[in-house]
Amino acid sequence: MATDRQDSPRHEKLVAGIASVSLTEIERTVPADEAPPLPPNAQLRLIGKSVPRWNGREKVTGAVRFTADIQLPGMLHARLLRAPLPHARIRSIDTSAAERYPGVRAVQVLLGPKGGGTTSVSAEEGVEATRRNVQPIALYAGVAVAAVAAVSAQVADEAVRLIKVDYEPLPFVVDMDDARAPRAPVVFETLDVQSGFGAGGLVTSGLSLKGNVRGPATDGRGDSAAGLAAADVVVESEYRTQVQSHCCLEPHGIVADWRADGLTVYISTQFTAGVRAELARAFGLPLSRVRVIVDAMGGGFGSKSTLGYYGRAAVALSRQAGAPVRLVLERHEEQIDSGYRPATWQRLRIGARRDGTLAAMSLLSYGTAGTALGAGVGNIASRMYTCANFDESHYDVFINAGAGCAMRGPGNVPGAFALEQAIDELADKLGLDPVVLRDRIDLSPARREERRIGADLIGWSRRHAPGVEAGPIKTGLGMAQSFWAANVQVNAACEVRILRDGSVEIRSSVQDIGTGIGTVLAQVVAEELGLRAEDISVRIGDTDFPAGPPSYGSRTTASITPPARNAAHQVCRQLFALAAPLLGTTVDDLQARDGRIASRSDPTHAMTFREAAAHMRTEQIVALASRADDYDGFRARTGDAATALTDLGGVHFAVVTVDTETGLVRIERLVAVHDCGRPMNPAQIESQVHGGVLQGLGYALLEERILDRQTGHMVNANLEQYKLPGAHETPRIDVRLIENYQGFSATDAYGMAEPASIATAPAIANAIYNALGVRLRALPMNRAAILAALAAGRG
Amino acid sequence: MRLSVDIPGSRGWLSRRSFLKGTSAATAGMAVLESALAGVGEAAAAASEPQVFGPDAVPITLRVNGATLAVAVEPRTTLAEVLRGPLNLTGTKVACDRGACSACTVLLDGAPVASCSMLALDVGERAVTTIEGLAGAGALHPVQAAFIEHDALQCGFCTPGMVLSCAALLERNPQPTAEDVKAAISGHFCRCGSYPHVVDAVLAAAQARRG
Repeated sequence: MATDRQDSPRHEKLVAGIASVSLTEIERTVPADEAPPLPPNAQLRLIGKSVPRWNGREKVTGAVRFTADIQLPGMLHARLLRAPLPHARIRSIDTSAAERYPGVRAVQVLLGPKGGGTTSVSAEEGVEATRRNVQPIALYAGVAVAAVAAVSAQVADEAVRLIKVDYEPLPFVVDMDDARAPRAPVVFETLDVQSGFGAGGLVTSGLSLKGNVRGPATDGRGDSAAGLAAADVVVESEYRTQVQSHCCLEPHGIVADWRADGLTVYISTQFTAGVRAELARAFGLPLSRVRVIVDAMGGGFGSKSTLGYYGRAAVALSRQAGAPVRLVLERHEEQIDSGYRPATWQRLRIGARRDGTLAAMSLLSYGTAGTALGAGVGNIASRMYTCANFDESHYDVFINAGAGCAMRGPGNVPGAFALEQAIDELADKLGLDPVVLRDRIDLSPARREERRIGADLIGWSRRHAPGVEAGPIKTGLGMAQSFWAANVQVNAACEVRILRDGSVEIRSSVQDIGTGIGTVLAQVVAEELGLRAEDISVRIGDTDFPAGPPSYGSRTTASITPPARNAAHQVCRQLFALAAPLLGTTVDDLQARDGRIASRSDPTHAMTFREAAAHMRTEQIVALASRADDYDGFRARTGDAATALTDLGGVHFAVVTVDTETGLVRIERLVAVHDCGRPMNPAQIESQVHGGVLQGLGYALLEERILDRQTGHMVNANLEQYKLPGAHETPRIDVRLIENYQGFSATDAYGMAEPASIATAPAIANAIYNALGVRLRALPMNRAAILAALAAGRG
Repeated sequence: MRLSVDIPGSRGWLSRRSFLKGTSAATAGMAVLESALAGVGEAAAAASEPQVFGPDAVPITLRVNGATLAVAVEPRTTLAEVLRGPLNLTGTKVACDRGACSACTVLLDGAPVASCSMLALDVGERAVTTIEGLAGAGALHPVQAAFIEHDALQCGFCTPGMVLSCAALLERNPQPTAEDVKAAISGHFCRCGSYPHVVDAVLAAAQARRG
């Protein structure tokens, strides 16, 4: 705690506005122990600068430790048995041969209403449960039904094959349209799980289930029917989006070490503190006896947010065997059973007046997350543009496929594909430039500036009318926009400590999933203490430290940088309290700069940071800070999660060429202009935008999970037939960031991972339309789709 | 069954397709080799009858990062498995285990190969360079330094393989174009989207080496 803690909040003037437009000051009430207002980036040494990645050296030398790199003494290796049928009743399961197999140390049976993995029980209990028909149904091809731990992965593989399962095949359905048909095979007779966080956002509870169709979840305002009837112009179209797989290069994996005095788990996760809570609940342990560690994490994109069936199985195996157990999914398991972005069908109607003002919007959607809920299309249609009359109805459709889950920009990615094409179509009908129309209907000052910057960079004024170019290869220009709520985790804390030798640590369980939050934390703390970023020891990804936020929903930076700065401020004040009498001045007169602590009024009164620390009475001084509410409050708060008063934008512009003879689409250039409040590390943000754009490009042109309707199996559960963008598909990508100050927190920083992926596919679709004069309303827009659309357009 | 294929004109190059992992691990305990056992030259082996090894572990020596290491491996063991397991060189990553993503790339006599798709027994006398051995202890290869400088990585899982392929590119082509770099990393998948910064980094590293 700060030694000079004042009790009453302060009134402070904070910088506000978009730096490239104009900056002003705004008065806020700031809690007493918060750091003073932070000036714009131009006046800072480290924040807003491209400081090199904190663990870059460890990553380029291979020294950094991922979950599968963990080696523990006596560690066993686990493998899963997966069901070979897309829908089957399990009549019996016989694990005896596997249990007798030399080298096998533990066997578990995975039980659960959602087909495998809700609980993991001993083989004995599992066999008995099956006999009593408690283990009922395998819901999809590849669902895990049993797990084996053995002295090597090879032995575990061999043993898994000895488990005998007697399946009674049931009718199945793996196509969303088929599943909606009246006499379709039914995936769930009843549905136990009715709420929670689904694949595309929060799931509404208590909706009716009819066949495989659950819903509708509805939302709205005004009277959209009347609005549409009164509109001068109406556009109405149907859109389809496919399943996109996360394809994390590092597969899901865990090393579980169950001991009498507690459980330690190394897991590739986006949320160490959340996994700890799940483990404590699932295994009846106090939080204090569970430790979760992730040093480096090889990509998550939403799919590594929870413990997962494989995690529960590994911990149960470790408990049973009395030894550490490693369970890492193989690539085909990763593709089949680790989540994906749900497929959707949308029908969107938009009515407008002649000047472009939106009169009404009406959205009907169906989505499938397989055996999971929440395959919605997000809130982009409802929230991005001003429209008084709006209604939407969404239905989840169950099929016999693995559970979808959140994937970068869940809901809004498929939602934007429909909305942003419809807005373009509306502009076309109104005879308005798409940028001009958006200037009229989009109130966001950030996106207005982003449109201006992006249009300028891409040469928007050169854009021709749709489909007017002669010759077989046609060029097109298009743009689209992102919308994402600015999320904040209020249950997010970190500790900053100064040690007696002048070294400094920041500690939090927050995990660096590749976005570089460790770098940003070092920047924030070093800025506050007048040190270099490399002087700060970053200790994160371990629940032995104060619980940090999850790294999903674009909330990490917004949640953990303000407490980091405040904790640094508080330890700095404690050090000043030691230094002030030595320097013959007061705490308020001191400042920390360039490794020195100096009097503001007389800079000759100074000592080094290290000298000051040497006077500490104890080995360390420590401050723990947690995320305060945003200074002007939140839009909403549910439990640990809040949404800020601001939103996150982003505008993408694309130049494409389309070969009308082969259907080949090439992205020639992509301009991505983004806001994230105060940008903390431009190089890292640019890297992240590249990733968002490339995932959006893959979604637009290449990627698609394919389930075989005859067998129910995924036919491209690998990285050669599931098509990812590579270096050759990567266009020139120009990233620009705006500084959007709002005076909401000690850093005023928000996230940006998800907006970077939302606008890409519709920008490309709008560019393809501009090239061809033919609109593609289904993903992926691969060669076959382009040729089919051209043929239909000509016909 | 011939497991290693030398393509004329590209010494030490191994086809990814040259080794397809057995579909049944339970019966994959044996390997029949014509060549490339430790200390057995290809020419000598080609003339003799096929030898049968396994299923038990076979002693071999591997030349890894300048050291000669004796290790016993079951014939089904891949190079990636030996590196990551008994040799504890976990910088080599396995992401697809079938030669589709290049995360497991190591250098074999300086040329990039997918170590997940090569049997350890097939390495023979060729020198293996892993990410741990690319630069001297405590030092950085110019490509590694440039990767840090240009933030050419995010999660870092594809990074060791990318770095090795880019280092090999600079050895055979010290003045690559952006297209050359893209070709060199075209088999590498990066889901975080590091390709643009990788291209920047490698061009800068080449520039730095020219002085």
